[in-house]
Amino acid sequence: MTLLAVVRPDAWNLPLYIHVLGAMVMVGSLVLAASYLFAAARGGSLEATNAGFRSLLYAALPAFIVMRAGAEWIADKEGVKNSNVTWVGLGYMASDVGALLIIIATVASWLALRRARRDGSGTGRGATVAAWLVAVLIALYVVAIWAMATKPT
Amino acid sequence: MYHTLLFFHLLSAFIAFITVVMFGAYVLGAPMGKVGFRIADVSWSVSGAGLLIFGVWLALYVDSYRIWDGWILGALALFVAASAFGAWAHKGVRESFDGSREMSMSRIATWQWLRTLAVLGILALMIWKPGA
Repeated sequence: MTLLAVVRPDAWNLPLYIHVLGAMVMVGSLVLAASYLFAAARGGSLEATNAGFRSLLYAALPAFIVMRAGAEWIADKEGVKNSNVTWVGLGYMASDVGALLIIIATVASWLALRRARRDGSGTGRGATVAAWLVAVLIALYVVAIWAMATKPT
Repeated sequence: MYHTLLFFHLLSAFIAFITVVMFGAYVLGAPMGKVGFRIADVSWSVSGAGLLIFGVWLALYVDSYRIWDGWILGALALFVAASAFGAWAHKGVRESFDGSREMSMSRIATWQWLRTLAVLGILALMIWKPGA
């Protein structure tokens, strides 16, 4: 019983909801994609590769856009868009690096899918690369969640 | 201490969404193997424990929160509902693995979307905190 709650203005709630919801769906989608892509990397299954690629393209990427749009909106409301505060910097870093890694993983899984469809003899290294990139992304976003919750200065 | 509790509470909420997304993908037609089913299943159990433990701890730790606040009780009620809806969805998916499928796919989808709505409601209560 040592802390008074921090009350935020009502106008911050909707952008925060959109930001957090997008982030949660994105992380869930990344775990979904990882479950398919690691299976594809192990067994070379066309179905798993296809599902992994679709999870990234149709779930993780759109959720990332929602998360980032919500982040921009709430940062604007809070007036921290150009702030040098550590947690804001960590959030933007995780978001920017994350965007790049999601795109690379999506392309790698698409290449794996194309190869599996063409050769019918496995996914090559594409599925493995995509799976490990997604694993790195999940770790990166756990750090981002820590930064957003603890707000280190 | 507050921020540590908040981090684990928030992390638990993220883990809950792993289950929501994986079952959601399944009812939309994505394949689900036994490993995926296990990940989704374990995620819900882990997140449930984390949400309750760290959520109640937070409610006790923060002076202006009371465990009987309407938004906290509402979230707890929605969590119970989400778990019940999820249990029905889980049963339907498990039956499809066992080959003893009695529940139709549309029924599984209904339970899953009800769970999703309940979880979205919990998130809204956690952010707006009506009455706090």
